[in-house]
Amino acid sequence: MSDNELTERLLSGDRRALARVISKIEDEDPETPDIISDLYPLTGAALSVGFTGPPGAGKSSIIAKLIELFREEDKKIGVVSVDPSSPFTKGAILGDRIRLADHFLDKNVFIRSMGNRGHLGGLAGGSRLAGLAMEAYGMDVVVYETMGVGQGEVEVASAADTVVLCLQPGAGDAVQALKAGVMEIADIFCINKSDHPQANEAKAQVRSTLEIGHELDPDAPMPPIIMTRGDTGEGVEELKEVIEEHRVSLEESGELGERRRASQREFVVSWAMNKMQNEMQERLEKEDKEIMERVYNRELDPISASEKIFEEI
Amino acid sequence: MGFIILDRLSTERSLMAETTRVVVAKVGLDGHDRGAKIIARALRDAGMEVIYTGLHQTPEQIVETTIQEDADAIGVSILSGAHMTLVPRIIELLEENDAGDVLVFVGGTIPKDDIPKLKEAGVGEVFTPGTPTKKAVEYLQEAVAAS
Repeated sequence: MSDNELTERLLSGDRRALARVISKIEDEDPETPDIISDLYPLTGAALSVGFTGPPGAGKSSIIAKLIELFREEDKKIGVVSVDPSSPFTKGAILGDRIRLADHFLDKNVFIRSMGNRGHLGGLAGGSRLAGLAMEAYGMDVVVYETMGVGQGEVEVASAADTVVLCLQPGAGDAVQALKAGVMEIADIFCINKSDHPQANEAKAQVRSTLEIGHELDPDAPMPPIIMTRGDTGEGVEELKEVIEEHRVSLEESGELGERRRASQREFVVSWAMNKMQNEMQERLEKEDKEIMERVYNRELDPISASEKIFEEI
Repeated sequence: MGFIILDRLSTERSLMAETTRVVVAKVGLDGHDRGAKIIARALRDAGMEVIYTGLHQTPEQIVETTIQEDADAIGVSILSGAHMTLVPRIIELLEENDAGDVLVFVGGTIPKDDIPKLKEAGVGEVFTPGTPTKKAVEYLQEAVAAS
């Protein structure tokens, strides 16, 4: 089948075509660039939201409730959900769907699970392009769910316009540990499992961390902290409102355009870097085996070896 | 150590072809998922991406998941005895959705007499209790490679 046909099927609302396009993206199929160049002009209107936070905080459960609320407004929703791949076998168990089972038969909800396949940053290498494919397919809302992340996984901030950081109470040290990195990219904080005895404490900790930032930079908006319960859906309505308000404020202040310009720029650079990395990898494997031998034998240091490969490209 | 692992990982990445994706599903009123979890883990360790659906899935939910996830195969785990109704229904729905190329294999307490009937309905293979996971993994690797 030609790409054009596949692209056309996707645009006409064929969900199998959307699924196939995402596979091509994930497998880095040589047809991917052509497909993306057809789809890209059709993207940019959707509400894009990223959910991130440590494993077990309740991201999938909250997303399930959020889908329900968006469906009540008849909005079409795409979810890109990332779980870790084994660094050894490349295999993965993708289980985020379990919490989303209520929406499996809704034709206006499309859920795609991805293994990160060694990609760093909390998303998979193909997540952003998959999100674009969903936008072109006609999704009004695209949700990115990162794999459980620690401090430094902040790529979701360039994929989504609004980032929600989900935290759970009873993990005081974890909240402390999250002070830098991921804490800085969140537009909205969500303390899930709000029925937990330490929920208010967790909220107070987050607030005090944010207040320090606010004091140092009074112009920066104070991110809202929403208490939720993934199991009952309590608070998710408020979360949805805050997400929508955030989008409106981004649009009104002109920050949406700025953010997107920065993230698109970053994407272009990272794509080019990835390509270069692959090329270097191939060089190293095919032609310069003896270079590595020299490194193994301590005749050549790793930095000189890498510079040699770099020069030859 | 770090160098060695990185070297190994990136070599594998550049050799990576299409990753096999498998839906492992528990169908119907059947709460025993240890077998499903074991096979999911074995397939993961064989380098496949396993989409685990959780318990109590209907054939409709399983097929829709398979389509959205663009999976190559579905492993249906069933211990309830309703396999002669539920499994053929999954195959029927796959065909209705233009996804008849997806391989279906079954694991569970399936009486001997039902095995040929399931295969006739379109099931690729049936694994009964006691099957070494290795056998199921090898079967799937070969069947997916051949398709």
